[in-house]
Amino acid sequence: MSCYKGKYHDELIANATYIGTPGKGILAADESTGTIGKRLSSINVENNEENRRALRELLFTTPGALECLSGIILFEETLYQKTAAGKPFVEVMKEGGTLPGIKVDKGTVELAGTNGETTTQGLDGLAQRCQKYYEAGARFAKWRAVLKIGANEPSQLAINENANGLARYAIICQENGLVPIVEPEILVDGSHDINKCADVTERVLAACYKALNDHHVLLEGTLLKPNMVTPGSDAPKVSPEVVAEHTVRALLRTMPAAVPAVVFLSGGQSEEEATVNLNAMNKLKGKKPWSLTFSFGRALQQSTLKAWAGKEENVKKAQDALLTRCKANSEATLGTYKGDANLAEGAAESLHVKDYKY
Amino acid sequence: MASASLLKSSPVLDKSDWVKGQNLRQPSVSHVRCLPTSPSALTVRASSYADELVKTAKTVASPGRGILAMDESNATCGKRLASIGLENTEANRQAYRTLLVSAPGLGQYISGAILFEETLYQSTTDGKKMVDVLVEQNIVPGIKVDKGLVPLPGSNNESWCQGLDGLASRTAAYYQQGARFAKWRTVVSIPNGPSALAVKEAAWGLARYAAISQDNGLVPIVEPEILLDGEHGIDRTFEVAQKVWAEVFYYLAENNVFFEGILLKPSMVTPGAECKDKATPAQVADYTLKLLQRRIPPAVPGIMFLSGGQSEVEATLNLNAMNQAPNPWHVSFSYARALQNTCLKTWGGRPENVKAAQETLLIRAKANSLAQLGKYTGEGESDEAKKGMFVKGYVY
Repeated sequence: MSCYKGKYHDELIANATYIGTPGKGILAADESTGTIGKRLSSINVENNEENRRALRELLFTTPGALECLSGIILFEETLYQKTAAGKPFVEVMKEGGTLPGIKVDKGTVELAGTNGETTTQGLDGLAQRCQKYYEAGARFAKWRAVLKIGANEPSQLAINENANGLARYAIICQENGLVPIVEPEILVDGSHDINKCADVTERVLAACYKALNDHHVLLEGTLLKPNMVTPGSDAPKVSPEVVAEHTVRALLRTMPAAVPAVVFLSGGQSEEEATVNLNAMNKLKGKKPWSLTFSFGRALQQSTLKAWAGKEENVKKAQDALLTRCKANSEATLGTYKGDANLAEGAAESLHVKDYKY
Repeated sequence: MASASLLKSSPVLDKSDWVKGQNLRQPSVSHVRCLPTSPSALTVRASSYADELVKTAKTVASPGRGILAMDESNATCGKRLASIGLENTEANRQAYRTLLVSAPGLGQYISGAILFEETLYQSTTDGKKMVDVLVEQNIVPGIKVDKGLVPLPGSNNESWCQGLDGLASRTAAYYQQGARFAKWRTVVSIPNGPSALAVKEAAWGLARYAAISQDNGLVPIVEPEILLDGEHGIDRTFEVAQKVWAEVFYYLAENNVFFEGILLKPSMVTPGAECKDKATPAQVADYTLKLLQRRIPPAVPGIMFLSGGQSEVEATLNLNAMNQAPNPWHVSFSYARALQNTCLKTWGGRPENVKAAQETLLIRAKANSLAQLGKYTGEGESDEAKKGMFVKGYVY
């Protein structure tokens, strides 16, 4: 068999294609309990289940937001949570035309003999977990592999290991009805220039697609969540047009047209930067046989979080902030963003954290 | 189209369209790998010929045009001549190739012509260089650079393609002579497996050849032909093709081949020649396009299909079916037998038939041009054109 042809074949293709609908993208709200704790503590809110639930309710019930979102990635806890009024979050999403997604990896561990490079865990029992998530309403999954740029990194070992892990995860998801988002994030940390990032990105993506093909993954039923091609965080910045050109070129060289959409990660860019870069890509003339859209976590939630500050009376203000960013990114997928989104406090703030541990 | 300038221009070393404000590296440093221990050191693709390679590839992959493959080795050309009762002499080969390259207006439908080495250095019967005639016709000259297939030890009676030894100096010399693209044909046989070894060797050989060609200014046509021989159905062909192309592109990437400066020459996805089930052009198109969408990076500018034993009309119909909707790459033809068959028979070796023969060549070229644009209707095709040209166990 050349690639997956089982019972979910048509559904996978339909869902993957839907996620790439022009004008829509993904809200990554799948912060693990530990990570969301960092977000909450930054606004002096206690990390308990109720607060986590309240924050996610604020996000998912923002009037008008779901129209801009083809999918929301959730952490396992959230998949089973409800609004204060008792409506399951997955219901809220379904009614809004938004596909629920689920983070299925179990974090990174170091590869022995490397200079701090990692691989991602989570394959054990993955099939059963995916089945369960499908039953709970999830229709896509996400698995984050991490690579870094250094003098001798990424090593061939790290590339091979992460590509193989992504491919195994992807086929298991497809067998259980979930569209796999393939995420090989190359961290922005470093002082390298944009050409170096392009070179590494192309090398990594070539390895990923080789592995996906070897593992018989149905490309039409997958999504790619790559980093944009940019200079390192310690290197001089370049214009959005240069980011767009290098990024699209890297994808043209590695990503087959069968993949319906690219859902970019923001990786520490500020809200405004991420939007403007995405917009530049969609304005670029030339071949782009796939949709180019967003799957942003920090770059959608930052101003919202600050506006909320954990207070009930701030919910409307916070929701307005989220809607502003959702609309801005929606326009960016069409190349029509004019950069005039009401810049809330924090929108222009860099969200880069050195050697970020998710 | 000022293709005369294609030959005269020296390697261009200025800003690529892609990299605003940043120059490509100097030609004296063709491969930048800093240290063996730093595998992710910045690599430079295609060194100083990058811009020219892109331009050549785009010119060959221009709308409504495709490639005339006329690179039959002397032995193979001998078979063609024998089929019309002619002796395999240099004069006869020269006469035949003169007929082909001088067909008036051929450049309207043909963007490139692949030559055998003898022809690259030959003159027409009028004493003009073959290469010059082609350029005047607005046709880019190309050159076959492989040295043929030989048995692959340790495989299941499969073959591998030779030709890497001295390839750098040969391609440099061909460039001097006026060639601007190269071709290397390796094969994969489904009845024989194919074995993982044969697939890997085919893909790796192509990747090495491609990198060397680009380094010397020639756009490599990458041709892993999956032979038509066999009783297998179209699904099996599809499976093998997906594996082969995944390997090919992976090794091309490992060899730092510059995808914007290559062309592909794949076989279409069809049932085996001895399979009882035939496929319609729509089915062939469906399977073939799916293969392309799953395996070919959109950066590749052109895909020039081989005909591999299909009849002239079949090859045209299938190409037409693939061009009914826009594709991310130019989808066209690189046909030998499927362009030359009727022409050869019409000529029969007689000077008085040259004009008529050239007309039949133009008819086929125009039909395929229309097929490239998705506009071929198949009206008025001759019986000769519909004859299958599959030869079991065909040795090129």
